[in-house]
Amino acid sequence: MKVLVPIKRVVDYNVKIRVKADQSGVDLANVKMSMNPFDEIGVEEAIRLKEKGVATEVVAVSIGPKETQETIRTALAMGADRGILVTAPADVEPLSVAKILAGIAKAEGPQLIILGKQAIDDDCNQTGQMLAQLLGWAQGTFASKVVIEGGKAEVTREVDGGLQTVSLALPAIVTTDLRLNEPRYASLPNIMKAKKKPIDEKTPQDYGVDAAPRLKVLKVSEPAKRKGGVKVKTVQELVEKLKNEAGVI
Amino acid sequence: MAVLLIAEHDNTSLKDSTAKALSAAAALGGPVDILVAGHNAKGVAAAAAKLAGASKVLLADDAQYAHQLAETMASLIVELAGKYDSIVSPASVSGKNFMPRVAAALDVAQVSEVVSVDAADTFTRPIYAGNAMQQVQVPAGSKKVLTVRATAFKAAEASGAAPIETIGAAANPGVSQFVREELSKSERPELAGARVVVSGGRGMQSGENFQMLEKVADRLKAAVGASRAAVDAGFVPNDYQVGQTGKVVAPELYIAVGISGAIQHLAGMKDSKVIVAINKDEEAPIFQVADYGLVADLFKAVPELDDELKSKGY
Ligand SMILES: Cc1cc2nc3c(=O)[nH]c(=O)nc-3n(C[C@H](O)[C@H](O)[C@H](O)COP(=O)(O)OP(=O)(O)OC[C@H]3O[C@@H](n4cnc5c(N)ncnc54)[C@H](O)[C@@H]3O)c2cc1C
Ligand SMILES: Nc1ncnc2c1ncn2[C@@H]1O[C@H](COP(=O)(O)O)[C@@H](O)[C@H]1O
Repeated sequence: MKVLVPIKRVVDYNVKIRVKADQSGVDLANVKMSMNPFDEIGVEEAIRLKEKGVATEVVAVSIGPKETQETIRTALAMGADRGILVTAPADVEPLSVAKILAGIAKAEGPQLIILGKQAIDDDCNQTGQMLAQLLGWAQGTFASKVVIEGGKAEVTREVDGGLQTVSLALPAIVTTDLRLNEPRYASLPNIMKAKKKPIDEKTPQDYGVDAAPRLKVLKVSEPAKRKGGVKVKTVQELVEKLKNEAGVI
Repeated sequence: MAVLLIAEHDNTSLKDSTAKALSAAAALGGPVDILVAGHNAKGVAAAAAKLAGASKVLLADDAQYAHQLAETMASLIVELAGKYDSIVSPASVSGKNFMPRVAAALDVAQVSEVVSVDAADTFTRPIYAGNAMQQVQVPAGSKKVLTVRATAFKAAEASGAAPIETIGAAANPGVSQFVREELSKSERPELAGARVVVSGGRGMQSGENFQMLEKVADRLKAAVGASRAAVDAGFVPNDYQVGQTGKVVAPELYIAVGISGAIQHLAGMKDSKVIVAINKDEEAPIFQVADYGLVADLFKAVPELDDELKSKGY
């Protein structure tokens, strides 16, 4: 079976971003970009399915500007077989991303699509669920375990209060949580090999999708800053302050 | 301008997040109906009917809603959506699961994790782990699909008496099935709504050592939380995780023990009223957001804290 892994190029999780002074957005000039961490987990899961003989082909897909090539190369170096780059602006909304992915799914016919649960830039946590709805498929979101067996996917999900397991008819959508696996690093030989793997280039129009945003961003501002507090010297002083100064205990 | 609010519950009790999301829903300006979709959930509907500001409670009581699977929930909500111009749910794990399906079916963009309703069509939400706040406007004439960060809103009071209307189940897409769940049982308050939260990080070194924190938590009637590092190391279950990709909490008092204060962790707790940090590294970034910082070895400080609270009658 074929597995599709949508991956997003985002600001690296170690970067402390800065809001532009004119409140028009976040300053992305000369900022380190990486694959969304949840998507690395998705790529890893797909590759493991291939290593187990469950998956036959892993296709990495990304929607973004030209530079997104690099992100797809990273997925290919980890072990994905080929890539599809849909060139578009960096801020395509989850609904449009889901529509483009639905178009790709129809063309490619995968049995499984593994997305990240959340992109760490927009923090939307929407795309996988939207894609599942557009395709009329079942979804196993926030997955910490995925087992493919007997034409079904059994997905263990991280939910409020613990874990929930659901059984999904295939084809299905999975979105990854942090503890699904630990992604591998690409080895140098695999990075070299990845340079020869094919990446198809497409546009949103190829899938009949208008990628223009629906929501209008009025402004992006700094969050309220916390005022720095005081250091206490002893546990006794701490308890005294919590009781008499802050009044929270 | 009618609003449909999806209740969060476990078939027995209505979650406080529903009362908080109701305040956000009410700020949109129209009458708010509350949907309770569950199984044997009459008691939940009764509790929802008491929330001040609800005009009606819709109860869909059917086995297919027992676990609120996204596929069946979306099918039901989409069927009801015609009469409403906004659909709202708490941004809980459950709401995050089904709401984007609703938005996609209605062909509208979803606004996730709303922390303020600035106008009936304008909302503020955190992006980049809360390091920036984005204000967005929904286009005129479009239905609004919103998930609401409960900690940012005051709970509606339980002083109302709305009528309850029983409605039928919608078509079940039949593509997914519940298999089992393993829920951690605890006598302590739930993390999301607790007045006091005591959290441990990698510095705790083991799951056994969390017992020290639990003793302090019990004295303060607090919930216990953790950093991702502590969860990944297996010290505590996954649902303890506080942060950008875990739970968001905003208690009166948050005590961070052996937690460095990575931005992903701060994203989940920096709106707490009072923050205490106990860390042996005085350079730890957690001290930049702490109201009270104690530079100390936690293996000494936490037992001392327990003793001090005990001696003060907690
Ligand atoms: C995509 C993504 C999502 C993430 N989401 C989250 C999230 O939701 N929540 C989250 O918490 N993290 C999240 N993280 C992880 C985050 O980046 C940090 O790695 C994590 O928060 C660190 O946990 P920690 O502070 O417990 O560990 P460390 O950073 O290792 O800090 C341990 C601290 O304990 C102190 N310490 C050690 N021993 C003692 C002692 N004896 N006495 C006192 N102090 C001591 C040390 O000085 C240190 O400051 C995420 C990361 C990524 C990439
Ligand atoms: N532009 C994109 N290209 C490819 N995949 C994407 C894109 N945007 C979102 N995704 C996928 O959808 C997941 C959730 O994103 P979001 O809904 O934006 O939080 C990500 O982890 C990716 O797997």
